[in-house]
Amino acid sequence: MADNILEVRGLKKYFNTPKGQLLAVDDVSFTVERGKTLGIVGESGCGKSTTGRAILRLIEPTAGEVLFEGRDITKISTAEMRKLRKEMQIVFQDPFSSVDPRMSVGGIIAEPIIINKIIKDKVAIEKRVAELMDIVGLAPRLINSYPHELDGGRRQRIGIARALALNPKFIICDEPVSALDVSIQAQILNLLKNLQKDMGLTYIFITHNLSVVNHFSDDIAVMYLGRVIEKAPAEELFENPIHPYTKALLSAIPTPDIAPKKERIILRGEISSPINLPNECRFAPRCNFTCDKCTKGIPPLVEFSPNHFVSCALMDEQSKTKRTVF
Amino acid sequence: MSEKIVEIKDLYVDYETDDGIVHAVNGMNLSLEKGKSLGLVGETGAGKTTTALSIMRLIPDPPGVIKKGSIMVDGKDILSMSIKEIRALRGKYVSMIFQDPMTSLNPAITVGEQIAEVLREHDRKMSKSESMKRAEEMLRTVGIAEDRIHDYAHQFSGGMRQRVVIAIALACNPQLLIADEPTTALDVTIQAQILETMKELRKKFGTSLIMITHDLGIVAEICDEVSVVYGGRVVEHGTLEDVFNNTKHPYTEGLFNSLPNINNRTAMLRPIPGLMLDPTEDPPGCPFAPRCAYATSECEKSKPPLITFSDTHYVECHRYKEPDFKLQGRD
Repeated sequence: MADNILEVRGLKKYFNTPKGQLLAVDDVSFTVERGKTLGIVGESGCGKSTTGRAILRLIEPTAGEVLFEGRDITKISTAEMRKLRKEMQIVFQDPFSSVDPRMSVGGIIAEPIIINKIIKDKVAIEKRVAELMDIVGLAPRLINSYPHELDGGRRQRIGIARALALNPKFIICDEPVSALDVSIQAQILNLLKNLQKDMGLTYIFITHNLSVVNHFSDDIAVMYLGRVIEKAPAEELFENPIHPYTKALLSAIPTPDIAPKKERIILRGEISSPINLPNECRFAPRCNFTCDKCTKGIPPLVEFSPNHFVSCALMDEQSKTKRTVF
Repeated sequence: MSEKIVEIKDLYVDYETDDGIVHAVNGMNLSLEKGKSLGLVGETGAGKTTTALSIMRLIPDPPGVIKKGSIMVDGKDILSMSIKEIRALRGKYVSMIFQDPMTSLNPAITVGEQIAEVLREHDRKMSKSESMKRAEEMLRTVGIAEDRIHDYAHQFSGGMRQRVVIAIALACNPQLLIADEPTTALDVTIQAQILETMKELRKKFGTSLIMITHDLGIVAEICDEVSVVYGGRVVEHGTLEDVFNNTKHPYTEGLFNSLPNINNRTAMLRPIPGLMLDPTEDPPGCPFAPRCAYATSECEKSKPPLITFSDTHYVECHRYKEPDFKLQGRD
């Protein structure tokens, strides 16, 4: 059996708003194998970041289970959770707003070590900070610099060093390269990949950038309005997308070559409001293949081929006969 | 020879700040034929937006100063124009779309009035009702239902707002549209919609386009020609075919190699080492030399020469003085 470091079952996060209930994350389940990367992709408002935060209990999930190494962490106390956070870390999109502007680089990286009392000796802490800076490729001379003096790429390296400070097993990367220029983006992606290899880290990689997620992930889950609508190994998803939304999403990526392109699928309209959603396929209002089946309840996520899951009402009957129905 | 809609020659723009002089644009040369589209590609701080703002004479002064050079739009010298003349030009001959549609729209005026305002500004005789009628037409053209004409910017989503901005920009049927990262703030499926709309409108109105972007995918989609910008200069220029299939400049090669390859997912990325050059410095040599894998000692010492490969394709690079020099190539 696969060694799953994380298992998420029926995760829900609802917010009560003056206009009604907002279903940010609605019944999301998946597993992440140790040492692998699960990519979560989707557009703004699909619930990918909320999923990441609910897993770490940075916001409390409304319902569902999160099993970290077999233990349901939604049930444990805050004190225990705090201890567990040593093993589960997060890297945010905007490295500037996630660090204290009045602390120096060295101070920022040392902070989690001091708070968690990992090392008590001052000299040893300094040594560890220097070591972490070396790992993420920050020059030692920057130890007394402040974040505002550094560019986005270096700030993101601080964010990564800080996440690594406690020797975590599992890191959620929430759009870690979205704010960076392509040449710097590639530097950070390579760094994250090498760290995974060297330290056996497990990642959940949240992004809206499909080329990045394809490059980085072993498995990919595509989210739309709070639900996973398709999940498959990265290669399979890109070669054989099934859900109409995934297909449209993949066809919308502008590719940097001038060879004649595949027909682009243009979707109607925009993402619906996540408040007071009707009990129908979330994608139905924008789908080019909507029929009356789509409005009769939310289609379940079914295994279409080994490890390839799709949630589409048109799947049930046609999957067995015609693959190219869409 | 066909007519040029824009011709920029040897443009230098500085920002004189308290921390020193920022050399944003350092000898930019750029030209675009009528009806064509040009992609201006480069990373943050390359001088793309400053160049575009110079064409509109929108450089904030102070601290921005156009040091020297010339900008001709449709044969007219922009830099010697009076404020009155330039105002008549903006919106009517040259329009600009910015990245963030919310900050380009007035939150206190309905979108219809904002479109009508441009029309009346350039045609004082136009009646209010006529301008509103034209505004309605423009909304329909960019794919917004005309009954939304009395709505305010905050009632629209990001993609819809960008459509309103496009409607304002195209209301007077300008000859040149400058789009500064118009889809960067949008989701990919919405980006696809907007690019599609822009393509259709260009076909319909025959507008020339300068597309500023960091995304080579968008360039491949919508542009005829590409100028790759680094350190405030065009380091490589050519047709799509030239730049994409026959890449010559090491920086352009670096940009391509930094992108995850959608067809080969396991290939390791090959980023450009180091960081963008500090724009307050004015190195004697090639601005890209410190990050360039091909750089020799000469590259650090003197400015690179212009090397032309064909009528359409040129780079600024020392190494091509050697007849056998070739890039290692892309994956």
